[in-house]
Amino acid sequence: MNKMKRLLTTLGPLLALILLIIGFRLAAGEGFWSEINLRLLLSQTAIVAVGACGATLVIVAGGIDLSIGSVLALSAVGGALALRGGADPLLAAMACVGTGALCGVANGLVIAWGRLPPFVVTLGMLGIARGAAKGLADNQAVNYPSAGWIDRLMQPLPLPSDPTWVHTLVVAPGVWIAAFLTLATWLLMRQTVFGRQVYAVGSNEAAARLCGVPVRRTTVLIYLLGGAAVGLAGLLELAKLHQGDPTTAGGRELDVIAAVVIGGASLSGGTGTVIGSLIGALIMGVLRNGSQQLGWPTWAQEIIIGVVIVVAVGIDRLRHRTRT
Amino acid sequence: MSSTKARLVLSGISKAFGATQALAGVDLTVAPGEVLALLGENGAGKSTLMKVLSGVHQSDAGTMLVDGQPFAPADPLAARARGIAIVHQELSLCAHLSVAENICLGAWPGRWGALDRRRMEATARTALDRLGADIPLHALCGDLSPAARQLTEIARSIATEPRLLVLDEPTSSLGSHDVERLFTAVRRLQADGVSVIIISHVIEECRAVASRFVVLRDGASVAAGELAATTDDDLIRAMVGRPVTELYPHTPHQIGSEAVLEVAPGLTLHKGEILGIYGLIGAGRTELLQQLFTPPRARLAAGMGLVSEDRKGEGLLLGRSIADNLTLTRLAPYTTGGWLSAARQSAATREWITTLGVRCSGPGQAIGELSGGNQQKVAIGRLLHHGAQVLLLDEPTRGIDVGAKAQIYSLIGKLAADGAAIVMVSSYLPELLGTCDSLAVMCRGQLTPARPVAGWTREQVLASAIGNAA
Repeated sequence: MNKMKRLLTTLGPLLALILLIIGFRLAAGEGFWSEINLRLLLSQTAIVAVGACGATLVIVAGGIDLSIGSVLALSAVGGALALRGGADPLLAAMACVGTGALCGVANGLVIAWGRLPPFVVTLGMLGIARGAAKGLADNQAVNYPSAGWIDRLMQPLPLPSDPTWVHTLVVAPGVWIAAFLTLATWLLMRQTVFGRQVYAVGSNEAAARLCGVPVRRTTVLIYLLGGAAVGLAGLLELAKLHQGDPTTAGGRELDVIAAVVIGGASLSGGTGTVIGSLIGALIMGVLRNGSQQLGWPTWAQEIIIGVVIVVAVGIDRLRHRTRT
Repeated sequence: MSSTKARLVLSGISKAFGATQALAGVDLTVAPGEVLALLGENGAGKSTLMKVLSGVHQSDAGTMLVDGQPFAPADPLAARARGIAIVHQELSLCAHLSVAENICLGAWPGRWGALDRRRMEATARTALDRLGADIPLHALCGDLSPAARQLTEIARSIATEPRLLVLDEPTSSLGSHDVERLFTAVRRLQADGVSVIIISHVIEECRAVASRFVVLRDGASVAAGELAATTDDDLIRAMVGRPVTELYPHTPHQIGSEAVLEVAPGLTLHKGEILGIYGLIGAGRTELLQQLFTPPRARLAAGMGLVSEDRKGEGLLLGRSIADNLTLTRLAPYTTGGWLSAARQSAATREWITTLGVRCSGPGQAIGELSGGNQQKVAIGRLLHHGAQVLLLDEPTRGIDVGAKAQIYSLIGKLAADGAAIVMVSSYLPELLGTCDSLAVMCRGQLTPARPVAGWTREQVLASAIGNAA
């Protein structure tokens, strides 16, 4: 009985996603359901999906990360500066992920040892990282001569001049990165001691501490991984824009948090899966892309997405209420 | 008993927090395989003593011996390593994790970071089997009944192979049927040679499972002995520090003919009547009261008031002052043109504090700082301040000590004498039989007809509560 209901919790968002796809296919036809647009849609979703992998860890553990957008921009600027300095693409990619992880560790340390609420700490980081990005970039986009393979990561369609490995991937490499990261996070949260500790901390932190779970260490590691995921998303952003823009991704944290919450996670912690978050990210992506295809103005899209978030969480609450 | 053979010996344990002497010389001995009842009012120092024992606090003076060896744990893990396990009063399970995960929480077996579920489930199964508890390992703890949750929590302590298990108020959230289940589990542990200290307010329960007792009062052990050789009156006297002349003081009151509330079809409550509703936890008693109190605004306006069973969760604003809590529902007398006069509010509250006998530093004290009994007096006081004539009291004495209980019973009696009509819900039968005029029993959402308390026997009530009344 309970198993059935739990299955529905996962299937609900999936069902909504399928209905949305069918709806837009019927309404927008070829414009929506064409190879090029579907490739585009997946590329658009990849960045939010990568960020959502980290945010799922943070939110399931009962935390929140409001600094995602700023840290993403800072990571992209970090990568761009490395490239401008003549760094190898791999080194630049590591600079992106490392910047994100560093910001995450800073968040985690202050939350775990400073005993400050995650909302406040990451709100502070939102300002700090954005300011640092602008300062490092001298208030303008950071350009660089060439980024090597990084430039290929987010291309919806491969160019004829691209190496064969890009052609054989079908979708942009960044989409594969999002898919693999989701799978890895899913395994981490389900099958490892650390992953289950994330659920324990989010479910009842006091109990976890009394039973000997290293709550502070776990918290720092959670924010580290969350930050690293944001750094990876920053790399994809860099690949998409072909420059390090310190003003990019403002408010992106809200898209990511919305994806996680639509995917079934509770902001009070303890529940949520990364597969759900991926579905949530796809729902957001399909909505945005589909309404573009239908020619709806941006303001209308924003209203629709706002309504969807509230309705999705409302339905979830309703389901929980009938359960108890 | 010679102290070399004892599992645990405490002598002269003292602990001060600033100027407050929380423990002032506690002596206590537990033998292997013995169940010891630790009795005492709230604030007597039981919780502090357990925190010293479990390594949360360190004692200022005195010695502890575990199996003859000196014992001074620096933290909870050190205490656990010496075989001391505590089941805390606040249920501390992770509602979103499975039974098996909760039982092994903090000691999940892993191989290179991967969770070894098979080993975890084997450990959990063994622990549950030792308790004789049949709880599905994969169920989420949030879906379990309170009794199953309590057993899961004990299983978690068992899984650490303790030599001494401390149960802090283990029955406070259980119905009487589940209490029996819990005690069966305790007896199994006892047979395995595990020593158990059970902390409880309820003397009957202690008698059912423990052989010896220690009474704590004002941080010191003031009495100890065999339970079988000690009367309830003597135990209460030791706990309270003075003779309690009557636990259920009867205030004469007149039941009027005026019906004020239809509790259920065919069951009407009259002016000046105290109606008791007995039922196991989960029988639907709370739901009945909440239904009677819906919608709250209209009910309040009609002179009805509800005291919630969940004092901390929905009964009181714990961080706010006594004045704010007491006057919450009726601020009009202290308001002029939208402006609230804190002075008038405090003055009125001061009078109520005297009337209700609340022990506090003043109207401005945060209610969360008061003892449970004093919190409850304010919770009931709020209804009186509001002018409610029909009072719905859900477990009004839950978690409060004997002395304060007697004061609450006396308050309820006085209110009835003043003409209030009262519905009192409880899972503690003696207080209903001692306080109420009539009694109805609830089982699976159904209420039996009410009868005068004299018309019930204990057995009849219990049989009705589990649904096999003749």
